[in-house]
Amino acid sequence: MIRWALWLLGGLLLGGIVHLGSVLLLPRTATQDAFTRLSASAPVNSMVPMPAATPDEAVLPFMDPAFATSVCRYDLADGPLTLRVPVSQAYTSVSFYTRNGVAFYAINDRAAGRRVIELDLMTTQQRAALPEDEEVTAADRLIVESPTPAGLILVRAFGPEPGLMPMARRALSSAQCKQQG
Amino acid sequence: MRLLIGFLFSFAVAALFGLGLTQFALTRGTAFGAITIGAWTAWPKTGTAEIDPYARASIARSGELPIGSGDGVAFYATADDGGRKLDGRCVVTLSGITPPARFWTVTLYDLDGRLIPNAANRYGFTSQEIARQADGNFEIVVGSRARAGNWLPTGGIDRYLLVLRLYDTPVGVATRTAKDAPMPAVSESCT
Repeated sequence: MIRWALWLLGGLLLGGIVHLGSVLLLPRTATQDAFTRLSASAPVNSMVPMPAATPDEAVLPFMDPAFATSVCRYDLADGPLTLRVPVSQAYTSVSFYTRNGVAFYAINDRAAGRRVIELDLMTTQQRAALPEDEEVTAADRLIVESPTPAGLILVRAFGPEPGLMPMARRALSSAQCKQQG
Repeated sequence: MRLLIGFLFSFAVAALFGLGLTQFALTRGTAFGAITIGAWTAWPKTGTAEIDPYARASIARSGELPIGSGDGVAFYATADDGGRKLDGRCVVTLSGITPPARFWTVTLYDLDGRLIPNAANRYGFTSQEIARQADGNFEIVVGSRARAGNWLPTGGIDRYLLVLRLYDTPVGVATRTAKDAPMPAVSESCT
């Protein structure tokens, strides 16, 4: 009897390790994460509008239907990215996500403080490789470091009421994400 | 032989217990750093790079992109102030005021994060389109039957959740109590 209780205890301890391991490994094995879902509709390093969320069709769960959204699926392997987002009248925000959907940086129009949000996105290595003087002249250019070489940028414009959604969508149509080259 | 059976037994227990615990943790949404105010709960850390491993696994599984902390914060309600589960066949009233924010939206989803089909094509309200009382307070009625004022249809589904998102707001990781963030009251009545 005691022998079985010990085997059980061992099993439970091992189970704790299995639990922690599976939680830590799950993001790497997920087949339905946001990046994978968007891979079909969003080409690499270009800004595309996301279809409005409806009950029949939503690319991602829990999207706010009061927003027009564009997405840029980025890959920094061939160099940094430049992002240009003219702000809409109501509210515009830019959110950066890693390959696994971690929101590592987000900024809105007020925090950016200008009519066009302009950002450079690069990996830590690419930033380190920037020439010194360039970093000085680029003082007014906002540089964002991406923890992973690939990821997602979500640009969102607020439509305060359904009638203003077309305007929000139009405001996003001139948003760009481009590889520097 | 006894040893082998013992090992197999241990491994079986480990797999069942470990994976069961993971499944349980992810479906119940156990992330750390929750702020609960009335019926509403938010996980502001989930919108930052300091997201905990449970929330990380949970978003990888659901495909959700959490709202970034520089953008806003999302509060979720699955029950009313008295702890009764929100039921689409009952009438739920949201009333009162909201924390300081440039604007907010409230949206109704099923438990998987999908919008609910309805004839009015109404999935939520924004703070700018809502009809308010003279004192600035508001009331939103959530239910299956159409009514005047701010009506949010449930389509009659049995379980749903409400998400109140505050944008450009001081509410976040440092928020602790209802004093910093007065959330609207949620009360359900079933007939």
